[in-house]
Amino acid sequence: MHRVIGKALRKVDAVAKVTGATRFADDLTFPRMLYCKLLRSTQPHARIVSVDGSAAAKLDGVQAVLTGRDLPIPFGILPVSQDEHALCVERVRFIGDPVAAVAATTEETATAALDLIKVEYEPLKSFASAEEAVEHPEPRIHDYGDSGNLHKLIDLEFGDADEGIAEGDLVREDLFFFEGSTHLPMEQHAALAQWSPDRKLTLWTSTQTPHYVHRALAKVLELPAARIRVIATPNGGGFGGKSDPFSHELVVAKFAMMTGRPVKITLTREEVFYCHRGRHPTLMWVRTGVKRDGAITGMHFKSLLDGGAYGSYGVASTYYTGALQTVTYHVPRYHFQGARAFTNKAPCGPKRGHGTPQPRFALEVHIDKIAEELHLDPAELRLKTLVPANSLTANYLRVGSMGLGQCITKVVEGSGWKKKFRKLPRGRGVGLACSSYISGAGLPIYWNNMPHSGVQLKCDRGGGVTVFCGSTEIGQGSDSILAYIVAEVLGVDPFDIAVVTGDTDLTPVDLGSYSSRVTLMSGNAALQAAERARQILALHAAKQLEIPAERLTFADGRVFDGKNPKHGMSFAEAVQRAEAAEGTIGTVGSYTPPQSAGKYRGAGVGPSPAYSYSACVAEVDVDPETGIVRVPTIWIAHDVGRSINSASVIGQVEGSIYMGLGEALMEEMAYRGDLKVVHKIPSLLEYKSPTTLEMCDVVTYLIEDPDPNGPFGAKEVGQGPLLPVMPAVANAVYDAVGVRVDEVPITPEKVFKALRRKEKGEPARYGPDHFPDIAWPEPTRVPTPWEGGDGKAVSPARV
Amino acid sequence: MATITFEVNGEREEVAFAPHKTLLEVLREDLGLTGTKHGCELGECGTCTVLLDGTPVLSCLVLGLACAGHGVRTVEGMAQGGKLHPLQETFADLGAAQCGYCTPAFLLAAEALLAANPKPTREEIKDALAGNLCRCTGYIKIYEAIELAAERMQHA
Repeated sequence: MHRVIGKALRKVDAVAKVTGATRFADDLTFPRMLYCKLLRSTQPHARIVSVDGSAAAKLDGVQAVLTGRDLPIPFGILPVSQDEHALCVERVRFIGDPVAAVAATTEETATAALDLIKVEYEPLKSFASAEEAVEHPEPRIHDYGDSGNLHKLIDLEFGDADEGIAEGDLVREDLFFFEGSTHLPMEQHAALAQWSPDRKLTLWTSTQTPHYVHRALAKVLELPAARIRVIATPNGGGFGGKSDPFSHELVVAKFAMMTGRPVKITLTREEVFYCHRGRHPTLMWVRTGVKRDGAITGMHFKSLLDGGAYGSYGVASTYYTGALQTVTYHVPRYHFQGARAFTNKAPCGPKRGHGTPQPRFALEVHIDKIAEELHLDPAELRLKTLVPANSLTANYLRVGSMGLGQCITKVVEGSGWKKKFRKLPRGRGVGLACSSYISGAGLPIYWNNMPHSGVQLKCDRGGGVTVFCGSTEIGQGSDSILAYIVAEVLGVDPFDIAVVTGDTDLTPVDLGSYSSRVTLMSGNAALQAAERARQILALHAAKQLEIPAERLTFADGRVFDGKNPKHGMSFAEAVQRAEAAEGTIGTVGSYTPPQSAGKYRGAGVGPSPAYSYSACVAEVDVDPETGIVRVPTIWIAHDVGRSINSASVIGQVEGSIYMGLGEALMEEMAYRGDLKVVHKIPSLLEYKSPTTLEMCDVVTYLIEDPDPNGPFGAKEVGQGPLLPVMPAVANAVYDAVGVRVDEVPITPEKVFKALRRKEKGEPARYGPDHFPDIAWPEPTRVPTPWEGGDGKAVSPARV
Repeated sequence: MATITFEVNGEREEVAFAPHKTLLEVLREDLGLTGTKHGCELGECGTCTVLLDGTPVLSCLVLGLACAGHGVRTVEGMAQGGKLHPLQETFADLGAAQCGYCTPAFLLAAEALLAANPKPTREEIKDALAGNLCRCTGYIKIYEAIELAAERMQHA
């Protein structure tokens, strides 16, 4: 019986957040602080002939000017894509690429100084889409990558997929397109740097990944990491958009070193759109063979990602578009080909669901079409083909607990699916889709054998406990998770626990708030540290109480005999006795994920300690005259393993539904102009996102099927529930008006066009009709586990 | 520099600032009231909402000078005597604040709504908040927190 775990408690930072006391990066100011502004490229692709900042430097109030040559060392989040510069050196690659920077005594002066910087460009041919980049290998946007303007090419084959597909009673082939979208956190990125004459640099920044910012600063500024302190301020929303090290962080640090004064930058909303790192626009082709009962015999999946101007997480994103197709429905033989193109647009990267919402959209709509051809109910088809718990997939992902069946059953019952599917009046429809997501990546970005998350724990003789962890609070509740877990183990009030996070000087490394890893990984680290502390305290309390340590209960701020609760002491006294005997009481805990089963090149993306599962039914109203889609209700069931805080879990589910609804209906990172490389009005008004008037009702069911790898059985919840929303809405639109929109967002225009085609007797569909020819590399062939494979590739010989 | 006198959270303030400054900038930069946030500074997101004489306004679109003689209420004024406002209590209890960045704006918009309409329907709450964006919560916990606070305030 848990006292804290699973309860709908306040978050530990809730009061600070409702009183406005939380200090976000832009809320910080220091005496003599300078303001920084970045000059950004007006060209989509050009050689920089010259940059002249001399006039800007002379402006009264300007303290320093920087150009690319001042920070020549490249950086990037992935070791294989160190392709960014703090300020462009020889080339600009998208409109918005930072070229020069100014630090001045006021923000107004810094802005005025930007106009005095003269940049001469020699324009180069620009590419606006992945298809264009495939077609034109020259001029290359980067001088690295797998071929021409293709950054990454992947070809992985698990068993003979063609042979498997041919064994199907039905073979179906479909094309899909998923438009790019951006995170749109309400807080614009901000950073503040301070340099001390003893050669110590401190950076406060709204980042989800202080550890990687720390690495980038050390590399680009050529400073010892030990002299750099990165403090991740609470993020005013992240969603993946603050997971890369950014130009502005490096630039303010450099300015602080040059001027000896604190330097701050807060990006404008327009600049946030240029930082981007959002969802990759992705074209997908899928061919699947199925038996009459819906059992999949083989699948071949191809994806083409528009990566924008830089690498970012793109190599991982590309692998992710092919990794998780196998963890929901059993796919016995599987072939994945993925390509990522460089284009002259804001760089794409990880957005909530990282590389998996696009293929999940494709797969779930594809299965809906298969079910229709087989005259099967799409819910029943799915239930019959589920991956079993505790199994290995064709691509060597180890599935542990697997609650998808329960999820499907819940939403089918809750939504009245059987009474509604194909039975509602024209214009009203229901659609079902499922999904799965990782609870953190099994491998770190920098491959090493060190833990992914660390916790230090201090017990104070006053009865207070402090938890130190490098994890980063971005609104998902990661600070609270640490407090709840420690409170549960030590039997104290979670609000008696102080939490210190996201500070590279004070806290042990946690890799960051990305890939839905924090509850599982920092939670396990906290659990280990707390159990070790409990052991020490129990030893000395047991001596004092003259009972065996196993009989002790830690609860309600006391340590007592479980058989005689009156016989005990306060938690503070237990700490005092232990401290008197052993000295200061502190423990550590850390977490490293289990070894992955796959040993082939590319096996690093997809493995996770645990997979969450979701099933979703969307009900829609479609106006056949205008194509306008409204979503009154979404039913969602999510297998979270175990809720650490049920209110926070439901909050994450509802937030995921919201963001998925935006992607389903309206959100698009669209470009305009003759060359299609100018962002279509980078503003919060023109980038359409759901307001209270568009948001649907959400009925949430939590499935708690504890996973042995999670702390108290917990799995992720922050990203997975977003994934099924887009395909559920698309499938519901088909149920409502009989047209397929094989592309998101599902805008009125697309629905309308598909309806017109239907009226004319043409295919009742809107979506892509062509996947370009790509010179794929020789496939990496890995025999499946049921073919006697051991996770290693058998060809090509070298890998 | 311009100097104005106005009331902020019930207290008289005299403050000097560059005349082009917005109320948002005066609050954050000259009065240190950083509880008021910004998401665009173009009047698009609602994040900088404060109450001007009890009415929600976007402080990024109001000139500081225009506030002379008027009363402004920010999130810092909501808790009284170390006690949270009922809306703050319910926002904290129900998880209506995730990242917390848009929260001050929602709290003030909700306070104005409840002052005008102590028992709003769900639809009336949605209408009142349609100009405030939140990217974390999907708004649902915010509605629930407002409804619970309204109920508690009725019985207070």
